[in-house]
Amino acid sequence: MKNLPWTSLFIIITMLFMAVFAPVISPHSPIDQTLADKLIPPVWEEGGNAKYLLGTDVFGRDVLSRLFYGARVSMIVSALTLLVGGGVGLVIGIVSGYVGGRLDNLLMRIVDAALAFPAILFALLLAVTMGQGLRTIVIAISLLLWARFARVVRGEVLAVKQRDFVSLARVHGCSPVRIMVTHILPNVMNTFMVLLTLYVGVVIVAEASLSFLGAGIPPPTPSWGLMVAEGRGKVASAWWISLIPGIAITLVVLAFNLFGDWLRDRLDPKLRQL
Amino acid sequence: MRRYILRRFLQGLVLLVLVATIVFFLGRLTGNPADLMLPEDALEEDRVALIETLGLDGPLHKQFGIFLANALRGDLGDSIRHREPAVDVFFSRLPNTLKIVPGTMALALILAIPLGILSALYRGRMIDRVSGAIGVLGIATPNFWLGILLIYVFSVQLGWLPSARMGGPQHYILPTITLGTFLVAGFMRLIRSSMLEVLDSEFVKLARIKGLSETIVVWKHCLRNALIPVLSLWGVLMGGLVTGAIVTETVFAWPGIGRLTYEAVIFRDYPLLQAVIIMDAVLIVIINLVVDILYAYVDPRIRLAE
Repeated sequence: MKNLPWTSLFIIITMLFMAVFAPVISPHSPIDQTLADKLIPPVWEEGGNAKYLLGTDVFGRDVLSRLFYGARVSMIVSALTLLVGGGVGLVIGIVSGYVGGRLDNLLMRIVDAALAFPAILFALLLAVTMGQGLRTIVIAISLLLWARFARVVRGEVLAVKQRDFVSLARVHGCSPVRIMVTHILPNVMNTFMVLLTLYVGVVIVAEASLSFLGAGIPPPTPSWGLMVAEGRGKVASAWWISLIPGIAITLVVLAFNLFGDWLRDRLDPKLRQL
Repeated sequence: MRRYILRRFLQGLVLLVLVATIVFFLGRLTGNPADLMLPEDALEEDRVALIETLGLDGPLHKQFGIFLANALRGDLGDSIRHREPAVDVFFSRLPNTLKIVPGTMALALILAIPLGILSALYRGRMIDRVSGAIGVLGIATPNFWLGILLIYVFSVQLGWLPSARMGGPQHYILPTITLGTFLVAGFMRLIRSSMLEVLDSEFVKLARIKGLSETIVVWKHCLRNALIPVLSLWGVLMGGLVTGAIVTETVFAWPGIGRLTYEAVIFRDYPLLQAVIIMDAVLIVIINLVVDILYAYVDPRIRLAE
């Protein structure tokens, strides 16, 4: 593996480790409040306490433990959303590209409309009508993703469709569904993988933004966006509550973007424009 | 050209109808929308009255008819929190957003165009690497956090700039940077890649063979063609801009429509949120139409293809 983006991989693996082993490595509960220990600064600041390496928040909760559990929330939301939104986009892209004609026209008009309208507004509306929670946030962010996936996958399908093995399969009498599943799908998988990686960052920022706006994961569950929001009023006296989870978001998004760029250049350089 | 504009106009109309339909049905997803439209302490009489005026006891298609008819007359219900028509609340806040967004856009373009061109011209050199790094960072940094970071550095630590609310010119600096960062990053990457493509094209090679000066080749032949894709991707950036405005105005307590959207969510002011979304859709459709017309104007291929 030449030129593997080691730094990005290191950050991604660290995050996955934090997410998977959060209950084991967290020194404290991410939710239980210890009001006597509230607003303790990180250990290297004056007044810091070795018991709380990254300090505590307004309710005396350990920022480090919340950071670990927050990684878990980000990963769960990313996995579910990419599965749902990416999956729907993949299916629509394949069908639209392969079937073509009127259906393609109609689906692509809907994709255009979905791209023209900011998905965040529907996400906020969903949070108000359906209530906050994991289900709402997965639906909301999937709404943001599917159209982007569908458009790129469709473009790929249009190219794959022209290849000889597809015509041969058709002559051989394969049903359209079979052709789409066994001949088209494997050939757009590379593109799909690149899209998945490139969109992890988008999902993490979207989840954090929604949680920040009070429309994401409801408190007290730790989400990085929620942690930033909770510390917002306290930047003057307790910067660590807001700024530390923000650093985590930026690093992880950066890592996924750079890793995605690398993967794209290796697997699918045509997508450079993305 | 006329057919092109007409088609774009119809597309905008379809988008508006879609948005209105989704908003309508989402409101009915969880029981009677009257419960979403009224404050929690509303009297039973008010509830009955609202159900009657909106026909909420009637069949769904009739309700939808009333909803659309009211919307066309500019009536999207009353805000629960402000106790006045939601559309009026929207228009009272709109000027504050217009004070910040266009300036930010302009600034982003002023920065992004030269940086994008320079990094394409000096590909792989210092300036390309530096602006590439800025671009990658700008896209990865969530702007709600960037806003708080800027407040921490420039308001809390250095005490140079105000941290919130509207006021003199110094109040504009931090919100503009917060909102502008991802725009600069996005535009810059876009301009760089489309400039690279143009620099490699046949007509640029021809211009060079003709012996034209590098200045004319770059500024006259390349730039105009490189900027066209930027216009075409405008729609995608628009989504980011709306999200950015909501988050930025929330962080800086800036009383525009972004902050209004946030307040509608926090106070569960459903009629207001619904009005904001529909009015946003109207604005977006209008802006996209203007951009599409501009696009056809600068790129004859679009105009003549129809």
